[in-house]
Amino acid sequence: MRVYHSVLKLRLLMGMQYRAAAIAGVATQFFWGFIIIMVFQAFYENAVTTPPISLKEIITYIWLQQAFLVFVTIWFRDNELFDLITSGNIAYELCRPCELYGFWYAKLLAQRLSSALLRCFPILIVAFFLPKPYDMTLPPSFTAFILFISSLILGLFLLVAVSMFMYISVFLTMSPTGSLLIFSVLGEFFAGLIIPVPLMPEWLQKIAYVLPFRWTADFPFRVYSGHIPQNDAIIGIVIQLAYILCLVWLGRLALNNILKKVVVQGG
Amino acid sequence: MIQLQGINKSYKVAKRQTGLKQAAKALFYREHTTIEALKDVTFEITQGEIVGYIGPNGAGKSTTIKIMSGILVPDTGTCTIMGYTPWKDRAAYVKNIGVVFGHRSQLWWDVPVIDSFELLKDIYKIPQQDYQTTKNLLIETLELQEIINSPVRQLSLGQRMRCEIAASLLHSPKILFLDEPTIGLDAVSKIAVRQFIKTINKEKGVTIILTTHDMNDIEALADRVILIGKGSLLYDGQLGELKKQYATQKTITADYQKNSTPLQIPGTQTLSWTPERAIITVDTDVTSTSEVITQLSNIVELKDVAIEAQPIEDIIIQLYKEYQI
Repeated sequence: MRVYHSVLKLRLLMGMQYRAAAIAGVATQFFWGFIIIMVFQAFYENAVTTPPISLKEIITYIWLQQAFLVFVTIWFRDNELFDLITSGNIAYELCRPCELYGFWYAKLLAQRLSSALLRCFPILIVAFFLPKPYDMTLPPSFTAFILFISSLILGLFLLVAVSMFMYISVFLTMSPTGSLLIFSVLGEFFAGLIIPVPLMPEWLQKIAYVLPFRWTADFPFRVYSGHIPQNDAIIGIVIQLAYILCLVWLGRLALNNILKKVVVQGG
Repeated sequence: MIQLQGINKSYKVAKRQTGLKQAAKALFYREHTTIEALKDVTFEITQGEIVGYIGPNGAGKSTTIKIMSGILVPDTGTCTIMGYTPWKDRAAYVKNIGVVFGHRSQLWWDVPVIDSFELLKDIYKIPQQDYQTTKNLLIETLELQEIINSPVRQLSLGQRMRCEIAASLLHSPKILFLDEPTIGLDAVSKIAVRQFIKTINKEKGVTIILTTHDMNDIEALADRVILIGKGSLLYDGQLGELKKQYATQKTITADYQKNSTPLQIPGTQTLSWTPERAIITVDTDVTSTSEVITQLSNIVELKDVAIEAQPIEDIIIQLYKEYQI
């Protein structure tokens, strides 16, 4: 446990070094947030039927998405890990007396945490004080808030477990480009980052509900706005837990198997 | 302590000629060749030895180190180190070894060196007391005081290497694998590192296996050398023996009063000659150096004589030639 704790600490310290990146990130996310909200506003004003999720809920959804972007996007990756695999520097990681899966999991988790800590608060604070209708609103109840926090954290754990497969695949392909594209395009679409899941056509929703991706973003954000009722939220959290256990188990299996065959590149 | 028995390892390598046409062809059909990196490698190393593992580029040195450190699985053969099979009992085994890969880095690039050390402390679960003592010793002997608080990316290659070596030793390993540890070091650092390796070998009984292309490292450190070429072991024995066997030449540089006749001494070869200076090599199998000097002083009036043994590098070149590697 100590190891994971200190990897987290080191990564946090490292992430904090990059203030300029955080400021630039915050600015970009505001820009994006506004554009997307305006697009939805235009759609909602001309909607023939009542959409399944209100504009108010969508706006909260979008600000949460922007604030916790690094918790929910797969493209936010650790290039160092890719380099380790393709250049053969993984040699050193392999002669450490701890399991690689846990070690990398902690690294990836820490990277996302450190970036989020710097970015989420300015976005959230400003979003609350924006003029109507662009402002973010509080969750309907304190219970909803607690449920949101739990599902957001579990969502993060789940996302890291998903992204782990991307790193594992690089052992086989030796190039991160392909894996990155497939994982981020599919993963992020089905997580509801491009169109919120309730606004998807029904057949697409069915697919999204089967895949694990929506539990990382769509689910916690809708728990916050109260669009998912509390009873369903609790069931959802259990499903999240089940997914995490399952994916971590599969990931460890896959990684340990691949390590048996791995050729450390370079001499 | 370390036993390798009949280790074989081959790599499958995709090959293609240069050019667009060949690249297009490779899209459909790929040629593979199998390279036998190690062929029936067998040796044994006892505790407290320093072994120089030498061979030309691509001989299989790094592959052997990788197998011994548990990050590569050989095709066939057994390897037992301290009772473990490295690639099978990896987690338990690697606690006991330290590895330095000269051309790789284990330090975190963006943070000060000391932060990487702290992380290693937790990874290896080193008790605080031991960590402090070892760290201070390493800082002192490898002269790291001034660089330990700088981010790794701002260090020079030599400075980084010293930190890498320190990082591999924080957990006081019983076996140390050094894969070209003196790459990029200046003369002073090289000597510091060699001195340090000697010290930990003597005082703590650390077993050391060293690969390098700098023969001075070998000469300064190793008593025993293992020579590998094209994947096979070619020589395994004392460095002294090797010298006795191959270093049969000595070079004599003589300065003398002006003399116009070239020198003719049996058992020698004249490399260069001027009326005031001659450089000759002596084949010590045929005659002795003292005999040659006596003869020299009979012919000319000597002013100064310098005798040099054959440099170790020459011996190695001779060896490589003899084994055709």
